[in-house]
Amino acid sequence: MQWEAVIGLEIHAQLSTKSKIFSGASTAFGAEPNTQACAVDLALPGTLPVFNEEALRNAVKFGLAIDAEIGRTSVFDRKNYFYPDLPKGYQTSQLFHPIVGVGHVDITQDDGTTKRVGVTRAHLEEDAGKSLHDEFPGMTGIDLNRAGTPLLEIVSEPDIRSAKEAVAYARNIHSLVTSLGICDGNMAEGSFRCDCNVSIRPKGQEEFGTRTETKNINSFRFIERAIIGEIERQIDVIEDGGRIVQETRLYDANKNETRSMRSKEEANDYRYFPCPDLLPIVIDEEYIEAVRATLPELPDARKARFIEQHSLSNYDAMVLSADRNLAEYFETVATACTDAKLAANWVMGELSKLLNQNDTAIADSPVSADQLGGLLVRIKDDTISGKIAKQVFEVMWSDGGSADEIIDAKGLKQVTDTGAIEGIVDEVIANADKQVAQYQAAEPDKRGKMLGFFMGQVMKASGGKANPGAVTSILKQKLDALCD
Amino acid sequence: MFDKTLAELASGLENGDFSSVELTQAYLDRIHAEDSKYNSYITVTDEIALSQAKAADEARAAGTAGPFTGLPVAQKDIFCTDGVRTSCASKMLDNFIAPYNATVVDKFNNAGAVMLGKTNMDEFAMGSSNESSFYGPSRNPWNTNCVPGGSSGGSAAAVAARLAPAATGTDTGGSIRQPAALCGITGLKPTYGRVSRFGMIAFASSLDQGGPMARTAEDAALMLNVMAGFDPRDSTSMQQAVPDFTADLTLPLKGLTIGLPKEYFPDDLSPAIALQVQNAVKEYEALGAAVKEVSLPNTALAIPAYYIIAPAEASSNLSRFDGVRYGYRCDEPVNLEDLYKRSRGEGFGPEVQRRIMVGTYALSEGFYDAYYKKAQQIRRLIKQDFVSVLNEVDVIMGPTTPHPAFKLGEKSSDPIAMYMEDIFTIALNLAGLPGMSVPCGQTNGLPVGLQIIGNYFAEQKLLNVAHQFQLATDWHKQTPDGI
Repeated sequence: MQWEAVIGLEIHAQLSTKSKIFSGASTAFGAEPNTQACAVDLALPGTLPVFNEEALRNAVKFGLAIDAEIGRTSVFDRKNYFYPDLPKGYQTSQLFHPIVGVGHVDITQDDGTTKRVGVTRAHLEEDAGKSLHDEFPGMTGIDLNRAGTPLLEIVSEPDIRSAKEAVAYARNIHSLVTSLGICDGNMAEGSFRCDCNVSIRPKGQEEFGTRTETKNINSFRFIERAIIGEIERQIDVIEDGGRIVQETRLYDANKNETRSMRSKEEANDYRYFPCPDLLPIVIDEEYIEAVRATLPELPDARKARFIEQHSLSNYDAMVLSADRNLAEYFETVATACTDAKLAANWVMGELSKLLNQNDTAIADSPVSADQLGGLLVRIKDDTISGKIAKQVFEVMWSDGGSADEIIDAKGLKQVTDTGAIEGIVDEVIANADKQVAQYQAAEPDKRGKMLGFFMGQVMKASGGKANPGAVTSILKQKLDALCD
Repeated sequence: MFDKTLAELASGLENGDFSSVELTQAYLDRIHAEDSKYNSYITVTDEIALSQAKAADEARAAGTAGPFTGLPVAQKDIFCTDGVRTSCASKMLDNFIAPYNATVVDKFNNAGAVMLGKTNMDEFAMGSSNESSFYGPSRNPWNTNCVPGGSSGGSAAAVAARLAPAATGTDTGGSIRQPAALCGITGLKPTYGRVSRFGMIAFASSLDQGGPMARTAEDAALMLNVMAGFDPRDSTSMQQAVPDFTADLTLPLKGLTIGLPKEYFPDDLSPAIALQVQNAVKEYEALGAAVKEVSLPNTALAIPAYYIIAPAEASSNLSRFDGVRYGYRCDEPVNLEDLYKRSRGEGFGPEVQRRIMVGTYALSEGFYDAYYKKAQQIRRLIKQDFVSVLNEVDVIMGPTTPHPAFKLGEKSSDPIAMYMEDIFTIALNLAGLPGMSVPCGQTNGLPVGLQIIGNYFAEQKLLNVAHQFQLATDWHKQTPDGI
């Protein structure tokens, strides 16, 4: 039987507001437990929520970016359940009237075609605190620093058909929220988390199968692996004559498998009702247009511009436009060295390699875009070769300094003095009788390929500093003279 | 001294007849000597009161005293007070000390008032008799075998027994007006949103409203001058200008139109109550008012709608009392579920548990439309009834309660009978309108209250109407025997 997967994602993006959604406490990550929880976050009696309008602006930005309906009147509801890290005994969310209605994003598939994925809704809600199980043996600690951090929950339509598409969709949303500057996108710190709803059905069948929800996945790789694993599990269950149970599952990254957390029967009855402590949020056209005016260039528009303006390939443009910081970095480098292709190669090559190796975000790169731009200028004007430039770049990464300072200090300036190069070439030819004889014996049109050996010897003898272009032409001239 | 109103005490302080420290000490002494009869206070704050009184006297000497400087008041124990236990009359919060003041408390402090203590109430403001208090019932000074009403029964008893010149109350379904009526004092529930709810422990957020309980309308106006105003910490408080509520007290009532809803005079209304209210209306006619019969057709639906909405909100508001962060926690919980079940089962009294259960049921999946949504529709109808009547008349009048104060224990085993005591008061909370209760007579030695209902933010009009009545009558001056 041919099976088809039906997938929908719920993405929780923490909004990068300075204070919480309903209190004045800071949202900064990593503080000592419970130092960023005020009386409202602790749900002390008599305290009341006051809505942080910055969260509203962020949500509206997202809605406009996915071409969605913006709720002119949105309402906060209470989702009631007991849990120790949920201080009020309810989460303030938006069920009936969300701030962002139906919208869509376009994802690029492997074959280069685009596919439209619907966004059902996106709503504002507050994050819960954290239960700490490991720190206190036999007990549970509660850290309420995260309680009340604003979240935008982005719910997709079940339009996704494979793990790859799911990742492309999640990356697209990630790229959008970071480009909009409404979420820092830090998945390791939980700023961007994903719940995956997965079901399967025989290919061609219209009706959906029973779905499971795998919660709180915090990397793109895990999204892919969790979905692949869940699809396989469901196929196995059904082909073995079993039935899929509607349930919530957890992804265990260590074992690379999902496991059951709770079934529908054990699920809470959340007893949603409108929160009487908060007024409905009413916004008008003027507000929406004012927010629209502040929208930055979005990834899709940026990608198109990179192809048009910088003549980048589709792939390079996609990679470089996805993240706002990366895109800005690239453009600064490209402007400095006036060679977009060279800038693209370096940003996607050497720079990305070191960023990945050191697990560093582009925003925290020890080499600034200006520094890298300065380095590439020296490649362009033949001061150094590309190979030497890689050495300079590594020094730059570890010790800092401008390209010129490092080139001077290390004496890496390229030798373009023809006389000096001729001396080295003469010496290499004099010590390579065998190779010279082979060169002489070769057909003239094959000789070009045999230059490599001599090139290597000359570059080695010059400590890599000889200008490769000059070496090639001098070598060719002198060897060809020996053939006459 | 104990017979003086707030207004009279203010002149006494101003004229130097006595100091705030003398006045405060006298009240504290009286509370310690007499309150065992009434149990109107949960906590008496001697030290704070005397230090505030001293500061008030110093402010007066320095010429910086305001109209409320040095006047003693009592706070209902639902308002959080920084450093002083705020129990909400519940075992759940018997050990709770807030690290902040309610906005109302801040406002009294900023006005230079003196806090005598925290008054008794029904647990979490759920009740009409004060019998649900963890600290035992407060008693009616007119007859200590009778209830003072609730939930602000301690505040009403304290004012009636001259253990405070005035006190704060809160009113979710009649909790200021009903005890004011039963104890023969003047109580005002302001328009929803007039007084900040910040730091006022929530029962039903869309209905709760704090307000003054005092001897006279004039004193209620002085209190409301302190209490009212927009608060950025309460999103439901209104950005409405705060007038001087004493400004219109002396306006004559000639030309006033009073609406008497026929639904407020049902056949089973206590005849004594009906008589006293009719006499009060005659008094108003004598003062130049015109009377008109009106109809509030959805009155009978107010109690069922209220007993869906209020418990629904309460079931959610009271979820935070889980034994995890503060308040009562059961001994030796074996797991999380046990911690929740026993902390809440042991920490909440039966009436609070009943309302949490009712509210939880009403919000449950599959019942929401039939109960909560329907109740909200009824709420809109009730509001429309009032709005259309208040287009025709200036104020609406009727009895505050269907009966005078009842005996302790008389209705405590019959929740429905208890709930019916609020039949005339509850609809206002659903509509968000302001209302007052003023003493208008007695029956068998127990006070009877006249309810006066006005339009949104028409507290000045209500106070004017009540004050003119009090100039013409002396029901508000009556004192219980032995006081």
